[in-house]
Amino acid sequence: MSAPLDTVKHAEETPKADLPWAELGLKEDEYARIRDILGRRPTGAELAMYSVMWSEHCSYKSSKVHLRQFGEKAPTEGPGAEAMLVGIGEQAGVVDVGQGYAVTFKVESHNHPSYVEPYQGAATGIGGIVRDIIAMGARPVAVMDPLRFGAADHPDTKRVLPGVVAGIGGYGNCLGLPNIGGEVVFDACYQGNPLVNALCVGVMKHEDIHLAKAAGTGNKVILYGARTGGDGIGGASILASETFETVSDSGSATGVGKPAKRPAVQVGDPFQEKLLIECTLEAFHAGLVVGIQDLGAAGLSCATSELASNGSGGMRVELDDVPLRDSSLSPEEILMSESQERMCAVVEPGNVERFLAICEKWEVTATVVGEVTDGDRLEIFWHGEKIVDVDPKTVAHEGPVYERPYARPDWQDDLQADDPAKLPRPADGDELRAAVLALVSSPNQAAKSWVTDQYDRYVLGDTVLAQPEDGGMIRIDAGTGLGVAVSTDGNSRYAKLDPYEGARLALAESYRNVAATGARPLAVTDCLNFGSPEDPAAMWQFAQATRGLADACLELGTPVTGGNVSLYNQTGGAAIHPTPVVGVLGVIDDVARRTPMAFREEGHLIYLLGETREELGGSAWSQVAHGHLGGRPPRVDLERERLLADILISASRDGMVDAAHDVSDGGVIQALAESCLKGGNGARVVVPDGLDPFVFLFSESQGRALVAVPRSEELRFADMCAVRGLPAARVGVVDGEALEVQGQFALPLDELRRAHERTLPELFA
Amino acid sequence: MTTRIGVVTFPGSLDDSDARRAIGLAGGDPVALWHRDKDLRQVDAVVLPGGFSYGDYLRCGAIARFSPVMATVIEQAKAGMPVLGICNGFQVLCESHLLPGALTRNDHLHFVCRDQRLRVESADTAWTSDYERGQEITVPLKNGEGGYVADERTLDELEAEGRVAFRYLGGNPNGSRRDIAGITNEAGNVVGLMPHPEHAVEALTGPTTDGLGFFTSAVKKLVTS
Repeated sequence: MSAPLDTVKHAEETPKADLPWAELGLKEDEYARIRDILGRRPTGAELAMYSVMWSEHCSYKSSKVHLRQFGEKAPTEGPGAEAMLVGIGEQAGVVDVGQGYAVTFKVESHNHPSYVEPYQGAATGIGGIVRDIIAMGARPVAVMDPLRFGAADHPDTKRVLPGVVAGIGGYGNCLGLPNIGGEVVFDACYQGNPLVNALCVGVMKHEDIHLAKAAGTGNKVILYGARTGGDGIGGASILASETFETVSDSGSATGVGKPAKRPAVQVGDPFQEKLLIECTLEAFHAGLVVGIQDLGAAGLSCATSELASNGSGGMRVELDDVPLRDSSLSPEEILMSESQERMCAVVEPGNVERFLAICEKWEVTATVVGEVTDGDRLEIFWHGEKIVDVDPKTVAHEGPVYERPYARPDWQDDLQADDPAKLPRPADGDELRAAVLALVSSPNQAAKSWVTDQYDRYVLGDTVLAQPEDGGMIRIDAGTGLGVAVSTDGNSRYAKLDPYEGARLALAESYRNVAATGARPLAVTDCLNFGSPEDPAAMWQFAQATRGLADACLELGTPVTGGNVSLYNQTGGAAIHPTPVVGVLGVIDDVARRTPMAFREEGHLIYLLGETREELGGSAWSQVAHGHLGGRPPRVDLERERLLADILISASRDGMVDAAHDVSDGGVIQALAESCLKGGNGARVVVPDGLDPFVFLFSESQGRALVAVPRSEELRFADMCAVRGLPAARVGVVDGEALEVQGQFALPLDELRRAHERTLPELFA
Repeated sequence: MTTRIGVVTFPGSLDDSDARRAIGLAGGDPVALWHRDKDLRQVDAVVLPGGFSYGDYLRCGAIARFSPVMATVIEQAKAGMPVLGICNGFQVLCESHLLPGALTRNDHLHFVCRDQRLRVESADTAWTSDYERGQEITVPLKNGEGGYVADERTLDELEAEGRVAFRYLGGNPNGSRRDIAGITNEAGNVVGLMPHPEHAVEALTGPTTDGLGFFTSAVKKLVTS
């Protein structure tokens, strides 16, 4: 330790000292603004805090102006609007689901860490989202993971996918949270930039909702959980907020003005997190918590500044009291560390002893590191000297906001003009049969059990539906049968063709999936994965998609409760397809009424709900058969989606259908194959009059679902559809040991199953 | 009088609430036991649930074995109290030497969660008397270290003495020697298995209700004894 400690006093005395603001990811004008706010140069510790909190990942500086629409266009009436208890801005949104219960859910990205170190990146992604949920006062009850990888047969995918899957399983399984859904999608556009999103659902009683704030002068600030180490320093600012090239060029993340000792990817310990869950919830229930915040991106910098900024007073923190894994850490490193499994609570002085006793019971390290002060400063001390003296609002909430320039890319017209209508199609039954086998065995359409069998879906004993069902469903109350269903969707091929429509399509599919289970869709969380905001084309995609999603949420009456933006998803100049991932939460009064996807009984009649048009732009068939992406995505009609959902929910409630399956990528034939294989029953299917067999089987028109109707219910069901004006065509019957499209082809279930289930094991086992 | 069956919660236990639910559905009175308490609260039987006790650091079940509660469980098990170890609980029983052998990393090196068919090989234990010998049941299996191993002599002995309680059917999911899914001690009061009967007690949430028999077996045995 040769250099003198950079205290506030020292900063005032040495105004001209050089600070490594550029290495920490700050722009020149941002650094100037920090000097302006402070009226002096920042100390090293202050610079560390500002740099991580003003990073793209933490400040949303490029996306903020667009995200405002989710609030401005939020539905003001309908079940979704009425159910909102806590909206955007908190660690996760909270929705009233009735019977005194509230549900909180949120999806987040952990994309960049998962490429650098797949296992730990994916594992700590789960850890982070789970802490967001417990910080709201909720018990986590389920997780799901929307994943995007590069081409399935690319050698690097063999490195990334198994690691990501093992990390999700390794962390989630050890936490004891059922993994009930998610997606696995392959596309070459994710080769250098896989997407690892993680969603968590939590349940609480209304009175248990907690918000992150530090109120009450004299209240103690307690840091508890894992000790602070040197891992993940600059994870948010460097890894998640710059393009990859920048990172690899500079080696790895830097500490303040010196080389990093450890990687920017954090290392997870699920056992510690499990203890953190139990101890946090016990402290909540004992009424010992005034405010709480998890330590995720930007670690202590984020937790202290956000708690103080949200509260009424200031905060004083003694950094020497932070329990360390590595005693050589500098104060800057302690403030920036993203060591996992840590939380920060604000507790009244009289309750500190009881809080610490609960932590001791769960063998969780807990330390008082500061207190709430009157005034409005966040002051942090090291060895008795003041090294931070800031207005916490300027760190946490008043960061820079950019109106990034955006422009419709010049290739967009050509892409849309490249109509799939010209592609050669299967001409007869034999060619259709071959096309079906190619489709169901393609990596994107093949069974995902090789992945999902590595996740525990049974733990906690309340899983009613899990993958490969349309939505995961969890029972909340064993007495009444109240439950929730969640689905995540996002077809980036559609979004590439038209980002505005692509985002609306993502919502439509997720909404439809939830309704297919019998649950009523209520609210939305989103993870917006896009390229660099400094690229006008990627920024245009982001602006379009955000507007599309906000408009669609308003139309469907499902408010966005929270979520996450992940930018800089690109390798060099090549951005990923725009990938808005939309999670929809629905509620069901009695989970015994849920509708599974399997054709469970012979003799049930198969109905196709909705209208089929020739819509092949962005379709799975065009990708599998021709490696083609062009044209327009399928048309979205949200009024139709709402009607379809109403029908599916009524049919479930009144026992009119035995199975329901959303028709989406891969079209009717993919949905038929999945429902047959899940139920172990074949189907005899007739192509409806006036439809070309190929279009009937492979088109991806929206607003459609397949249902299996017991004969005794047929009249009632068909009447309901007719009265409400939903086209419903009887297209077949559950029967036999083969999937047969009459007059075209028959596929024995064994052959279909082999084709569908062998692909992923052959690629990755 | 209802039968009191304790379920131990270690730090890192995950399926403890499921086990308590299963006991309740079987007509028993579930009692939560804490790893630091030596006192078993007058229970008639004990379930060691699944999970990752103490993070499964060192070896699965290796640290749980030394917890205060296990001292009493080991003593009572030797005196004849029914004890069921599920998954991590099975690992704890092996580490405690209440059952022979050990559980090792699955041969394919992946965690596996699936609905598993089993054959009940012994209906003569405290936890299987409600089944018929040879009966086939399906319950969830979920583990990363479920490969049962023991030396050849021990395996021969287990088979000769009818102490293999369950075998895997339809494919060995983890490389267990001789397809062994679960075993019992000589007295038949201590049973350990990797699959999870407590996840197959309700039609709504389990693949079957085949697992309920474990708990009804214990409840009936204790009521009649």
